[in-house]
Order: sequence, then C-alpha cells, then structure tokens
Amino acid sequence: MKHFFQALSLPVKSRAYPFNAPDGKVANLFRPDRKFHRDEEESELVVRDLNVYIKEQHILKEINLAIPDKKITCIVGPSGCGKSTLLKTFNRLIDSVEGARVSGKVLLNGTDIVSSSGPEIIHLRREMGLISQKPCPLPMSIFDNIAYGCRIHGIRNRKKLRLVVRHYLEAAGLWEEVQDRLNTPAIRLSIGQQQRLCLARSLAVEPRFILADEATSALDPISSKTIEELFVKLKQNYSIVMVTHTLRQALRIADNVIFMYLGEVIESGPAERVFNRPEHKLTRKYLSGVFS
Amino acid sequence: MKLKFLEEKLFKILMTGAMLTVLAFVVSIIYSILTKGWGAMSWDMILKLPGGGFYIGKEGGFLNAIVGSVYIVGISTLLGLLISIPVVFYLNIYLKRRSQIAYIARIAYDVLFGIPSIVYGAFGFTIMIYFGLKTSLLGGIIVITLLIIPIFIRSMDEVARQFPREILDASYSLGATRLETIRVVLRQIAPGIATATLLSVGRAIGDAASVMFTAGYTDSIPTSLSQPAATLPLAVFFQLSSPIKEVQDRAYAAALVLTLIVLLLSVLGRYITNRFSKHKLK
Repeated sequence: MKHFFQALSLPVKSRAYPFNAPDGKVANLFRPDRKFHRDEEESELVVRDLNVYIKEQHILKEINLAIPDKKITCIVGPSGCGKSTLLKTFNRLIDSVEGARVSGKVLLNGTDIVSSSGPEIIHLRREMGLISQKPCPLPMSIFDNIAYGCRIHGIRNRKKLRLVVRHYLEAAGLWEEVQDRLNTPAIRLSIGQQQRLCLARSLAVEPRFILADEATSALDPISSKTIEELFVKLKQNYSIVMVTHTLRQALRIADNVIFMYLGEVIESGPAERVFNRPEHKLTRKYLSGVFS
Repeated sequence: MKLKFLEEKLFKILMTGAMLTVLAFVVSIIYSILTKGWGAMSWDMILKLPGGGFYIGKEGGFLNAIVGSVYIVGISTLLGLLISIPVVFYLNIYLKRRSQIAYIARIAYDVLFGIPSIVYGAFGFTIMIYFGLKTSLLGGIIVITLLIIPIFIRSMDEVARQFPREILDASYSLGATRLETIRVVLRQIAPGIATATLLSVGRAIGDAASVMFTAGYTDSIPTSLSQPAATLPLAVFFQLSSPIKEVQDRAYAAALVLTLIVLLLSVLGRYITNRFSKHKLK
C-alpha cells in the first residue's frame, strides 16, 4: 500500500481531503501497527464464470467482470437483477444468506474469494469495506464505532485509537460535526451523518475496496451529495464499487459502468461509452427509461 | 354509527376496570403486609439473628434469612447469566434462523420454564442424596440456578430474536468473527438482559418450594457452601404457621422485607435498563 503512504506525505490542498493530519505525521504513528497491509501498488478484482444460486433460483448467471483499481465502478440495473448479491459475494456476506450456493471464481489479487475459508475470510472482509443501503451504526458511541474494527484487529492503545478515530472521521468529513460529542451514542446522529460514520468505520480497517450498496438511496439529497463527493475524493486511494438505482448518480460520478439484467451482465465499460453509445439493445432501453 | 361509539365506550370502561383491578391487587397486598408487618418491624428484626425462643415470640431477628436469600439469589443470578448468555448467543448468532437444533432446544427450554419449583426442589433433593450432600447453601444455589436459567433464556431469547441482521453484517464486514461480535450483540440486547435478570431475581428470591429441601433452614448465617442456609420465603412460611400472633406478625415483617427487596430491585433494574438502552439501535 505504498500509494497510501505517498498520499500522506503530499501537501494538502483541500480542507476536506481525507488525510489532512495536522502535523502530517499522525498516520505513521498507527499505520505500522497494522497487520495486513501489503506493499502492492495495484489491486484488482476479477470475476470469472460466477454463478450464484439461492434455493434453486439462479440469481447470478455466468458473470465475467474486471473491476479496475482506483476508479468508481457503478453497477446499474433494475431491481432484483442480482446487484446486491454480487456485492455480497465480493465480501462473502453471502455466507449468511440461507441456501446460497456459489460457483466460479472471484479473484482479489490472485486469491480466490469464493474458495477461501477461515482466517482468509476475515482478512478478505477487511479488504472490502461495505456500506449498506440503510446506515447501520453499531450500538455504541461514535468513538467506539470507529474504534471497533481497530480493536478487533489488535490496536488497543487509547492514544493510537484516538488518532485513528480522528483520522478517519476527517476522511469521512464528519470530524468537525462530531468532535465535541464522540462519546454520545451513534444512533443520535442524523441519517446522513450515520452513513458517513459507517463509511469512516469501514475505512478504519483499511480496505482496498469500498462496496456501496445503494449507499445514498435512504439519504436526503444534500447528504447523498456529500457522500458522492466523498467517493470522488476517496477513489484516489480506494477502488469503489457502487450499486445504484439513480442513473443520474452513475452519470455524475462513475468511471465505469456495469449494466446488469436478470442476473446477467449485459454491458460493461467506461461510463462515457456506455452512457453515450450503448451497444446492447437492453442497455439503450434501460437508459431511455423504458424499464427501471 | 351510534352503536360504534357505544362499543368504544363500553370497552374503554372494561379496560380501565381491568387495569384498576390489577392495580388494586398490588395496593391491597402491600397494604395488608404493611399493616400486619409494620408493628413487628424493628431494627432488631433485620439486624439480629434469631435468639433462643425467637419462634415463640421472644427477642431476635431474621438476619439469617435475609443474608441466606441474598447469598443464594446473588450467586445463582451470576451463575445463571454465565450459563444462559452463551446459550442465547449460540442460538441466535451461530445457528441459522430455521435451524432444527435451535427449534428443539427452544422447546426444551419452554418445558423447563413450565416445571413447577417444587419439582425442581424434589429433583435437587434426589441428586443431593445421590451425591451424599446434606441440605446446604450449595444445594440451594444449584437448584435456584436451575430454576432461573429457563427464565433467563426465554426472556433474553425473545429480545435476541429481534436482533437486527444488518448489525451482524456490519460487524462481519469489518472482519469480526462471530465470537467478537458478541460485544455488539450484548450491547444491543442489554435492556433484555436487565429485564431477564429482574424477572429471575424476582422469581428466585420469592421461591420457597425449591429451597425447602435443598438449602434447609438454620438460625445462623452460613460460613461455607456446605452449611445450610435460611431464606426469607421459608422464614415467612415457618413463622406464619405458628399459632402465636406475635410470631405471625413477624412473618409479615419478613414478607415486608422481601417485598421491599424486590421493589428496590425492580426500580434499580428499570434505571439500569434505561442507562444501557441508550446505544440501542431502534
């Protein structure tokens, strides 16, 4: 994760830039403690012949994809086409879906996600920060919400934790709003703030990917705009995969678009091309609003 | 149209009536305990052990019963929590929603829940004979623990089943194992645990039948687990069966102490519940 370190030492322009540590060194105080970071420049996620069945229902059919690094990839498509299932397969939350069977391969830097087990899954879930549709703060204080992941992964020093919490709350643009009430319950935050808290919480375990499952659909327009802007900033350091129902949102922020229909990938490619010159008839229909 | 309003009125009256009746029960019970027990109540009663001839109306108190009850109930509650929290956690987090094992286990716990306390007492007594134990504090603790575990499990399970799955997913996706997720689960069901504890303590402290054969009764405070221990419900029972009026009044004084302890615990329980539920995700 060299890029990460490099990003830290660069001069900071915007105030809301994720890593504006006050003395520029804060991050180094806690990062070496992390167990999992690897010095790889690129991370890639490749899906090969993925099939998912849930109780004899064929949810995902022969999915073949490559998710590019440090880009925003939007998955669009009508409801029930398997978008969320795909995300769940990426971080193995599919395991808690009853009656789910997965075949095929999902390769994260060459490691197969589908066939991994035990400690590998824990590691893998760390690499995949998930942000759900409805923000779901853990039943604890704002501080503990962010610190939870770090504590699980072995950081217990309070001073370090405080730095980590501040760092990632700043990264999620929430620090200034909550710095005086870090010990109040997280559920007292507004829903938009809760979503940013969840984002900060995911970032705090240092993922490579951010999986956002309709992360803005429960939010008001202003909060969802904040999240969108955050994503655009965060793509410098993370690969972001987001499922969205709002085509306009995809149009605004996507670098790549994947269009899914009834469990199949119909079309995928750079956003500009897919939106302006869709190759497939179904994509054209969807984009022009024939079905949604 | 008019009939509808009449119906509404009638049922409102019935509901108010039912509510007030129950309230009246509570008030009348407390009133009768107070009027009969207050006269016999004194600092001696709660601070002294029974002297010679206490049971024919001479001096002394029932400190032995108070301490015995507190010992038994306190330790049993702790043991009960230690046993039932893992059970509830396993049922709800480790097992799948429609797991057969969970289904059978829940039925079994429901059966346990319905077993009368005298049966627990008799069962405990049989086991004690088998192991050659005499009536003792330990026996009382074991039987009371058995008695309250189903209450703990039932009432915590009820809360844990409503546990939002999203919280679990959120925790897992941060790389937590299921065991590590217990921290989150406990915080979310904390109000449930408080209520369960309250119910269990209420049942445990007031139960006479189960401790009669197992904990026994004694005039002194037990100093080890193998000594018998007195309990408040039995203090009430023995004194109430005396023909002497003064002793009967003392039974009411003991009942008064028992009621006060339960009342205190429920107020405390409510306070704690409110404190712990501030983080709870609605």
